Amino acid sequence: MTRPEYEGWKAVLTPDEIRRALTRIAHEILERTHGGEGVVLLGIPTRGVYLARRLAARIGEFENAPAQVGSLDVTMHRDDLRLRPARALQRTEVPADGVDGKTVVLVDDVLFSGRTIRAALDALNDLGRPRAVQLAVLVDRGHRELPIRADYVGKNLPTAHREAVRVLLTEIDGEDSVLLGERAR
Amino acid sequence: MKRHLISAGDLSRDDAVLILDTAAELASVAGRPIRKLPTLRGMTVVNLFYEDSTRTRTSFEAAAKRLSADVINFSAKGSSVAKGESLKDTALTLEAMGADAIVIRHPASGAPRRLANWITGRVVNAGDGTHEHPTQALLDAFTIRERLTSPESDQRGQGLDGIRVTIVGDVLHSRVARSNVLLLTTLGAEVTVVAPPTLMPHAIGTWPCKASYDLDAELRKADVVMMLRVQQERMTAAYFPTVREYRRRYGLDTDRMALLPEHAIVMHPGPMNRGVEIAAEVADSPRSTIVAQVANGVTVRMAVLYLMLGGAAEGTE
Repeated sequence: MTRPEYEGWKAVLTPDEIRRALTRIAHEILERTHGGEGVVLLGIPTRGVYLARRLAARIGEFENAPAQVGSLDVTMHRDDLRLRPARALQRTEVPADGVDGKTVVLVDDVLFSGRTIRAALDALNDLGRPRAVQLAVLVDRGHRELPIRADYVGKNLPTAHREAVRVLLTEIDGEDSVLLGERAR
Repeated sequence: MKRHLISAGDLSRDDAVLILDTAAELASVAGRPIRKLPTLRGMTVVNLFYEDSTRTRTSFEAAAKRLSADVINFSAKGSSVAKGESLKDTALTLEAMGADAIVIRHPASGAPRRLANWITGRVVNAGDGTHEHPTQALLDAFTIRERLTSPESDQRGQGLDGIRVTIVGDVLHSRVARSNVLLLTTLGAEVTVVAPPTLMPHAIGTWPCKASYDLDAELRKADVVMMLRVQQERMTAAYFPTVREYRRRYGLDTDRMALLPEHAIVMHPGPMNRGVEIAAEVADSPRSTIVAQVANGVTVRMAVLYLMLGGAAEGTE
């Protein structure tokens, strides 16, 4: 790896595999939603937002009509706020016509305990009443602590609890990669 | 983020920008169908007000409630304070009732600082005597950044570098002026205060700003003009001959407003004395941000309460 902080980490997805996984998810979303009618892709910051934009671009290519895309910050709804110092808020951007009656696809990089998604469902609840909510993740690493599952999964990655998964994306990290390594400490 | 918010001078540039960025995100909550976040559920914020105030108290109350905190309003009138209870005893009583933060307004400069030494909860200064009013400065900075820096999408992380702010009026008695000078300078703005000689603080030379007695000259180069209220209630002597003379020399009327550059905005912390420091036509003009300041007050105070109470206390990480 070029980045020193990820020395010793194992690449589990290559850039090509990430690209193919996203293409497949985009097709699956179109299939499951009958052509993407009324679909809003909401990415969870930070990396979920970039993944949502990539999915929206693909859906736009396949169907000649760009999908609606936005971001949903879940910080204020997290259940572990009191465990760490107050953190900066990320951007929440919802299409101008809202989420009422839409099919919202939440997009995140890694699905782990499910607590982020629970917070996202609460945050979404305050924004309106979607017709349905689905979940797309690039990596599902298991170890769920809540009854939550993903509708679209890029890769199921069996991991040990002490391991860490990092998704790197060109837009923010300069490269596409999914890495598996030991958690710090 | 600091444990308490007592003085705008305690905030580093990073602290101040974090508050403004957080407020910018929280502003969108006001436009949602459900204008409430669950973040401070189960926490109690006490508004401890020893001075009359409508907008600041209701603004803090709205901010705390939008974050789902419980709010107890304690005003000195008709309370145990009227029976002679000291600030310390009142504060300890409120803390024993479970206050996580105390928002205090007090006529004595320095009261919030003393309070912070007595209690374990957080203290937010909502105005102490003629000393400071840091959340007013933060909402003013937020309003300036919103109106005068480049498009909304790029504002995150930005300060107020190079923006020229002129603060006009009763600087001597104004906690708003002091907090604004400290905060806006920290954020990179160039501040000039304009006041009649009798209402200019003696120590103005030690403030990080310029001082002037010539309003018209300053208006021509200002990006922001902030009019201060003439505080009759704090004036124990005759600081100017008549209200008419004050208005003529230091009031902002339409003729004076015409001297301002095209893009400049007019601010006032409220409550206004229409016809004294600011003419009614100016207060109601599109350049005036007075109504926006009130709305921004709620979001900025939400940001302050969230950053002070929303995470783990320092040291318990």
